[in-house]
Parts: sequence; structure tokens; C-alpha cells
Amino acid sequence: MLTLILFLLPLISGLFLIWNKSEGLAKSAATVISLAQLGLFIYTFSVFKSDAAQLDFSKPWLTDYKLSFHLGLDGLSILMVGLTVILSGLIIFAVKNLNYNPISRLLGLVLVTEAALVGVFAAKDAFVFYFFFELALIPVYLLANFWGGKDSSKITIKMFIYTVFGSLFMLVSFIVLYLFSQNSDLMAIAQIPQQLKPGVNTFLFWGFFIAFAIKSPLFPFHGWLPDAYSQSPTPATMLLSGLLSKMGIYGMIRILIPLAPAGLEQFGGLVIYFAILGLIYGSIIAIQQFQIKRLIAYSSFAHMGLMAAAVLTLSEFGVQGAIFQMVAHGFSAVGLFYVAKIIYDKTGSRTLSDLGGMSQKAPKLAVLFLIVLLGSVGLPLTNGFVGEFLMLRSVFDFQNILGGIAATSIILGAVYLLRLYQKTMFGPVTKFTENIEDIGGKELAVLVPIALIIIITGVFPNLILEVSQGFVSTLKLVK
Amino acid sequence: MTLISLIPLIPFIGFLINGLGFKSIPKNLVPIIGTGASLLSFICVFLTYQQFSGDPIVVKLFNWITVGGFNIGFTFQIDQLSLIMLFVITGVGTLIHGYSAGYMSHDEGYGKFFAYLNLFLFSMIILVLGGNYLMMFIGWEGVGLCSYLLIGFWNKNTNYANAARKAFIMNRIGDLGFLIGIFLIISTFGTLEYGAVFEKAKAFEIGAPIIVAITLALFVGAMGKSAQIPLFTWLPDAMAGPTPVSALIHAATMVTSGIYMIVRSNVLYTLAPFTLEVVAWVGLATALLGAAIGLFQNDIKKVLAYSTVSQLGYMFIGLGVMAYSSGLFHVLTHAFFKALLFLGAGSVIHAMSDDQDIRNMGGLWSKIKVTAITFLIGTIAISGIPPFAGFFSKDEILAHTFEHNKVMWALALLGSFMTAFYMFRLFFVTFKGNFRGTKEQEHHLHESPSSMTIPLIVLAGFSIVAGFVGLPVVFHAPHLLNEFLSPIYEGSRAVYAGFGEIHLSHQTEWILMGVSVAVAVIAILLSYSIYGNGKSVPSTDGEITGLQKVVYDKFYIDEIYDSIFVKPMKSLSVWLYKAFDNYVINGLLRSVTGFVAEVSVLLRRLQTGNIGTYVFLMTLGIIIIVGISVGSEVWASLKSITK
Repeated sequence: MLTLILFLLPLISGLFLIWNKSEGLAKSAATVISLAQLGLFIYTFSVFKSDAAQLDFSKPWLTDYKLSFHLGLDGLSILMVGLTVILSGLIIFAVKNLNYNPISRLLGLVLVTEAALVGVFAAKDAFVFYFFFELALIPVYLLANFWGGKDSSKITIKMFIYTVFGSLFMLVSFIVLYLFSQNSDLMAIAQIPQQLKPGVNTFLFWGFFIAFAIKSPLFPFHGWLPDAYSQSPTPATMLLSGLLSKMGIYGMIRILIPLAPAGLEQFGGLVIYFAILGLIYGSIIAIQQFQIKRLIAYSSFAHMGLMAAAVLTLSEFGVQGAIFQMVAHGFSAVGLFYVAKIIYDKTGSRTLSDLGGMSQKAPKLAVLFLIVLLGSVGLPLTNGFVGEFLMLRSVFDFQNILGGIAATSIILGAVYLLRLYQKTMFGPVTKFTENIEDIGGKELAVLVPIALIIIITGVFPNLILEVSQGFVSTLKLVK
Repeated sequence: MTLISLIPLIPFIGFLINGLGFKSIPKNLVPIIGTGASLLSFICVFLTYQQFSGDPIVVKLFNWITVGGFNIGFTFQIDQLSLIMLFVITGVGTLIHGYSAGYMSHDEGYGKFFAYLNLFLFSMIILVLGGNYLMMFIGWEGVGLCSYLLIGFWNKNTNYANAARKAFIMNRIGDLGFLIGIFLIISTFGTLEYGAVFEKAKAFEIGAPIIVAITLALFVGAMGKSAQIPLFTWLPDAMAGPTPVSALIHAATMVTSGIYMIVRSNVLYTLAPFTLEVVAWVGLATALLGAAIGLFQNDIKKVLAYSTVSQLGYMFIGLGVMAYSSGLFHVLTHAFFKALLFLGAGSVIHAMSDDQDIRNMGGLWSKIKVTAITFLIGTIAISGIPPFAGFFSKDEILAHTFEHNKVMWALALLGSFMTAFYMFRLFFVTFKGNFRGTKEQEHHLHESPSSMTIPLIVLAGFSIVAGFVGLPVVFHAPHLLNEFLSPIYEGSRAVYAGFGEIHLSHQTEWILMGVSVAVAVIAILLSYSIYGNGKSVPSTDGEITGLQKVVYDKFYIDEIYDSIFVKPMKSLSVWLYKAFDNYVINGLLRSVTGFVAEVSVLLRRLQTGNIGTYVFLMTLGIIIIVGISVGSEVWASLKSITK
């Protein structure tokens, strides 16, 4: 029941806010709902620790087809739901004071996204998963369309079609499994693939993989990402990079590993090479980007490649590392895009050559930006390090040379992120930055929690690893 | 246990106080907090040493990273090696904190500076106190961050900010090697904890390929942090930071991390003679290159920077010939005399109203007496004149090198000839002859406040006596340092029976000592004959030609790196973005979305409704198409199963 409330509360309140137009009410309602969700999650987590089975919710849906609306939380789901709840709350805190009209509709859409994501991460049924997987994109699409830049409707429709197109392959794979098993329960159908012919297994693998590869996205399916991340309004970018991108990696762990083992064995290796190619490719492109959001977009894309590769090594290190990194990257991506927004609002420019010297004018911003950035650089004692360490080690174990190549990303990451930092914060002030003021309470309320989470989970990563370990132990991994 | 944890914790608290409260803390309290934290930490080290029985103390605070059955602890380890390093770090650190109280007093970022220094101290302590390789890595990257922040302390200046970034990135290149070494250690030993790794290492044969691979990878890390060829060019640029930073981080402590790492892993290196050979030659090449460039530099800090690069090279020569203790001995003496020289340089720069060019100096001997005398002591110490500290440690390295390889020894001797020459050149040009600066500078010439001169005097004292902890065998006195360090080589002795023996006769040893002293004296005399009493001043930049110019311009190594690595990488970045991403990747996107759009047009003709707005409907069509195309196979499989 708790799981259902975690889903319904943002859904209903979100729909209400979309319908309601009152600005003041919307802001306070969104704040209250976010805090309530947080409290609810903390309570849910305590229940999870004592009796996870209690969090199962199942109700027959389409009885003729034996489908049921089945939600539940295991070690992986609870982390992802927690990430969704906390990040959505932070995003709401970040954007409610920004100049988006009508704000009530925007906040409502964020809440509906949150609900859909809770659905994705808690789904225990294949079609429920598919349903939410698609649903999550709609409010983000609307967000980008309403508040995006001049080309954004073109860009977002492309993104929409591309990812929906990819998901269809997943749907077909699910339908195939359903036809064989007359069942869509994710646990139950995990037994089916072993009984199927290699050809079907191959098909299942590619069906799932393409869906997740476009969603994450992975090289070479990332065509939609640079424009979508940089042209969308910040709330949409934060949702996309912080949360929606994780659906792809989550899908690989939740769906691909159990449901397409034969295909993974056959093609997993090949796909890892592409994922690592994407990691290096994205990192190299980020080096010469001159627009802040686009730079972060490529950096974010590069990180997804490493996560996918780590999962596909089918090793405990890799899967644990990727799960950890999903959480870590969620916070740093939202943090970075938020900083980009703050810089833009203060200076009116997103172009690196216009900026500089901001650390003199805005020392608090400079410090918090640095912490978030170092998380992304993967400095030890930030959460970025733990994920990268585990993932790189898994790729290295899979193939030494490839692991060595993947690990060069720690150099490239430092190159483009420090460049970003230097061009904005260091050097002489410019006419764009000479009159800016430091950040105040509203921004601190978002950035300080993010910075604290980055450090705390970097010093005590076992807080997260312990939770996911229970789930990872149930997977059939190589090592 | 609490005591050990306090060693890093106190500077960290100091960092938090000065870092978070730099706006509200009164200015005179800032250095007291910063220096006090360092001093308290030093006291904790001392108390730990008093309780130390000789056996390693391993303290696990908590499990840091646990995956399945694999666990990395947040572990501290106290043993002879970590104690020596801790003494140097907190001891020299305290002196430099105190010095900074005076040196940085006019800077607006006073509080920030002390916060960074404390953070550095914390990271450096973690580096040497950590009980496993990943703990070392925390400190390793942590000091890299502090180095970045402190080099770029005056980041308004774009060149300084560039220097900071260069240091971080070059260090990261090394860190990549370190990380790969860590991965290999996990695969080979199943753990990262020092005790377990070194115990298991004893089962390996000398020359085992995997051990060679591990040690080479780790050495790449050491090259980055300790500025060895080819990763040394960041260190001279790092002089952009305030002078106390150059003394503490870029001379006395951080840059010696690579030596610490190898001594810590001595079992592994003893098992890998090939790697040791690489270490020795890289060290030698760096020692010579650094010294050669040092011959013609005119920036007082740059001379010292290249001499640091060069001296670090000597330490690696020592390690490479398996004289681990000698390498560490040189770390110790170098920490004193190089910190002294840098702080002395800072005092000179202070007196010269922030001018660093020695061509504008001269005749400072009488003007800033304390600085001048202590600087002279440092110069003698680095040149290898007995009984000053540098002589004993360098001589020990040379003796071991002689036994290992005569050619290497001769080249190393050439390096010490150059060292003595350019160090005295620096001394003569700066302090002797007549003052060549502006009237205004002359007017401002003054000795530094006592907060700055006292550290100079203390360090000068150590630069004179520190060598006595390791007297040569011929003196028939105990080699205190070797005796103290002996337990940490237990593993090396177990895997290599001949470890630690030196087969030189007393007579040879006397001769070697005589030769190296003679070389130093000749170099000094030569230097005196050219630069003594202001006879000649280095020519201005435009007048230098030929080979001298090549050396003066640092063999154009920066320019070479720029055209081999930096520029191609930038072009690749732009090309991938403008060409590949725009056409190929976006082409894929366009063809997919275009395909979907065409299907939608088809559907629109079949049905008359307005489909454009309902993307779902048109994509449903694709399910059917895709479904049919694979349907045959699915159907076949279905049949085969139902049979």
C-alpha cells in the first residue's frame, strides 16, 4: 500500500496542479507534497528494512489477459524510488522560484513525472513497466514544449518519436514473452527465455536493448540528446538527465539481465565496446564545447556509456557500481544543470567565452559548484569516485585493454570539467559577470543538500551499496 | 586509536573552521587556528610515536566500500614508514604554516589560504597514514586537488589558473596508472590492504610478469605526482602558487608521495627488477634534465623548481638501485633544505616587492642577513658538501648506484656537478655584487618579520644536522634511519636473500665520498669564477642563442606536448562534434524520425483522421510491421515448443 501511495500522491496532486492555476497555492502545495513524499519514503525505507514483502501491491488489471497492476520494492527499486523522490523534491525547490508561467502547470508536470518514475522503478509486471516507461516521457515532453526555446518543439518531438520508437521494440519483446508464457509477471517470465530458441532470444535481446539504448542514450543512439538537453528548459533537462536517463540503465539491470541471458552472452561483449566508445566519444566532444548546457549534456551522455558497459559485464562490481552511479550521477547532473541555470540567470549568457571571474563575485556559488563538479570528476570521498571505481574495475576485469581505455575518461573528465570551472569561475571578470551577486537562501536550499549528499555517500558508500547488495545477489552474475 | 584518528582529524577541523567562517573570523585568529591545527597534529604524531612498540598498528574505522565478499576498509596504519612521513609532513607543515602567517598577511584570501593549507595537510596525512592502496589513493587525489586550488590561488590571473589546471590534469594521467595498478592488485591478491597484499606477494617469483605490470602501473602514478619524465612539466608551472605552497607541497611533501609509494610497496618492487631498472633510468634522466634546465633559469622560484625535479630524480635513482632507505633519507633531508630554500626565496621576493627575477637582484647579502645566511646553508646542503644534510643522503644514493651500475653513477655525478653549479650561481647572482633593481625596490628592501625568519632558522638547523641520522658505514656509527626502518623491509628480505647488503670496501667508499665532494667543490669554484661578486649577470632573454636558448626554453617540451597531444585532441573534439555527431549520429536520428513520419503519412491516407498530433497511433503501426517481420520466427518457435 505504501508503494501505491508513493505513486498516487504525486500523480493526483500533480494533475490537480495542472488543472489549478493559483500560483501561491501551487508553490506551497508542491513544497508540501515533496516533503510529504520524502517523509513517506523514509517511512517506507524503514518498513523495507524490516519486511520488504509488505511493500508489495497487486491488483488484477485486465483479468481476461491475466495482467495485474503489480508494484513492489526490492533493493534496487527502493534506491531508485528514493532517488526519484529526493531529486524531484530538489527540482521542485529549484524551479518553483524561477520565472516559468504558469508555475502551477510546471510543478504539476514535474509531480506527474515523479509519479510515472515511481511506477517504472516499482513495476513488477512487464506491461506496467512498459506503460510507465512511456508515460514518464509525456509530462517532460509537454514541459519542454511549453517552456523551451524557439526550436524546442521540433527538437522535443524528435526526441519523443525516437524514444517511443525504441520502446516499441521492447513492447514487442514483452509481447513475445507473453505469448510464450501467458504471463507478464517479471519474476515469472524470467524462467521462459531458457526454453526458447536462440533466434527468439536474440530477438528479445535486441528488442530490449534498443529501447534502453535510445532511452539512456548510448552511442550511436544519442542523436536526440545534445539538442534536447541544451534547448529544453532547465526543469526538463534536470528530469531528463537526473532521472529519465536512469530508466535505460535500470531497464538493463531489471529486464535485460534476467530476460535476455542468452542474447547477453552472445552480444553483450560487442555492446560493451560500443558503450565504452560512447564514453570516450562523449568525453572528447565535451572538451571543446563552448555552451555550458551542451558541455554538461555530453558529459552526462559519456557517463551513461560507462554505466551501461559496467552492467553488461555481468559482474557484481559492475552492477553494483552502475547502481551506485545512477544515484550519484542523478545528484551531480541535477546539480550541474542547476548551476548552469543560475549562471545563465545571473549573467544572461551560457557561452563560456562571455564568462569568467565569478568566484570573486559569488564565492558561495563557486564552492558549491566545485563540490558538485568534483563529484562528477570522481574525486575520492565524493560519491562519483565510488561508482567510477567499481565500474572501471569491472570493465578492466572484462578486458584489460578496454578497461584501460575506459579509464582514460578520468583524465578527459578532468579536462573538460576543469575547463568549465575555470572559464566560468576563474580569470578576470567580464562585462557579463562584473555586476552579479552571490547566491542566496533559495539556491543554497538546493545546492547544499546536493553537496552534502555527494560527500556523505562518498565517505559512506555502503549506505547505498548495502541496500542494493540484497538485490544484486539474486541476479545470476558471472562473478 | 583515537590518537591516530586525531592526526588527520585536527587539520580537517581547522579546514572547516577557516573554510566556513572565513568571513567572520578575526584576521589574527586565522593563522592561530591554521598553525595550531598543524602543531596539534604534530603533537599527536609525537605521542603516537612514543606509544609505538615497533609492530604495525592497523586501525579500521569502518568498512568503506563493500561489494559482495570484497571489502575495502577505511583503515589507518602506523608503522616506521608512516611515522617518518608524518613527522616530516606535520613538522615542516607547522613551520610553513607559521611562515605563511607573515607571508600572506597582506592577502585578501588569508582565511581561504589557511583553510586550503589545512585541507592539504589532511589529505597528505591520509596518503601516508592509509592502511590500503585505496586509502593512499584518497590522499593522492586529495593532495592533487589542494595543489590545484593553491596553484590557482590567485586565479584572477589566467596563466595561474592554467598552471593549476595543467597540474591537476598531468597528475590525473599518473593517477590513471595508479588506478590500473589498484585494479591489478585486486585481481592478483583479492585485497588492497597492505599487510595482506605484501604477505601474499612473498609467494611470487622474482620477475613474475603480473608483479612487473603492477609495479610499472604504480610507477606511472609516481611519475605524475613526483614530476618525473615525461610528466614533470607541471611542477615548474606550479610556482604560480604562493611561495609557502611551493615549499610545502611542491618541494617538501606532496611531490615525494611517489617515493613513499614505492618504499611502501617495496616487496613488490623487489620482486620486479625490470621495473626497478626503469625507475632508476627515469630518475636519472629526470635528474639530469632538471639540472640542465636549472642552469639557465633566471626566476628564483623556477631554479628551485627545476632543482626539485632533479632532486626527486635522485630519489628515484636510489629506489631503482634498491636502496629504498637512501631514497627516503633524501626525501627527509630534501624536505628540510628545499623547504628552507623556498621559504628563503619567499623572503627574498617579499623584500624585492614581489619581483622574482634574479637579474634584478644582487647585493642582498648585507640587506637581508638572516635570509641570506640561511639561504647559503640550504645551498651548501643541496650541493652535497659535508657535513650538511644533503651530502649524506646523496652520497648514500651515489654509493649504491656505483655498486649497481658505474655508468649510471658517473651520470648521476654529472648531475650533482650541475646542481652545485646552478645553486651557487643562484646564490651569487642573488646575494652578491651590487643591487640591480629599481630605486623603489631598493627603498623597500627589508628583512622579513620574525614569523618568517624563525622557520628559516629552524629549517637551517635541520639542514645542517639532519644528515647525522644516516652516517656512512665507514664512520662506524649506527645508521639510525636504516635501523629504524628495517622492519618495513621484512618482505623484501624474504623474497630476495641479498637485500640490503652493500659490498663496497671501506676504501672504495672513502674514494667515492672524496670524488663527490671534489666534484661539488669544483662546481662551486667554477660558479664563483663566473658569477662570484657580481662579475657577470645572466644575459637578457633576447641575447641568448643556440644550444643555450634551447635549454633556457626548457627543450621546448611544453610546446612539443602541445602539438602532439593538446592540439590534436582539440581538433578531434571539434571534428567529432561538427562532422560525426552532426551528420552520422543526427542522420540516424533523422532517418528514424523521418521513417516514422512517413508511416504516419501513409496511415493518414488510409484513415482520414488527423493523425499528426497523436504520435502513439502512428507508432502503433510500427508494432504491426515489426511484429509481422519477426512473426514467422516466433510462430515457428511457438510450434516447436507446443510440440
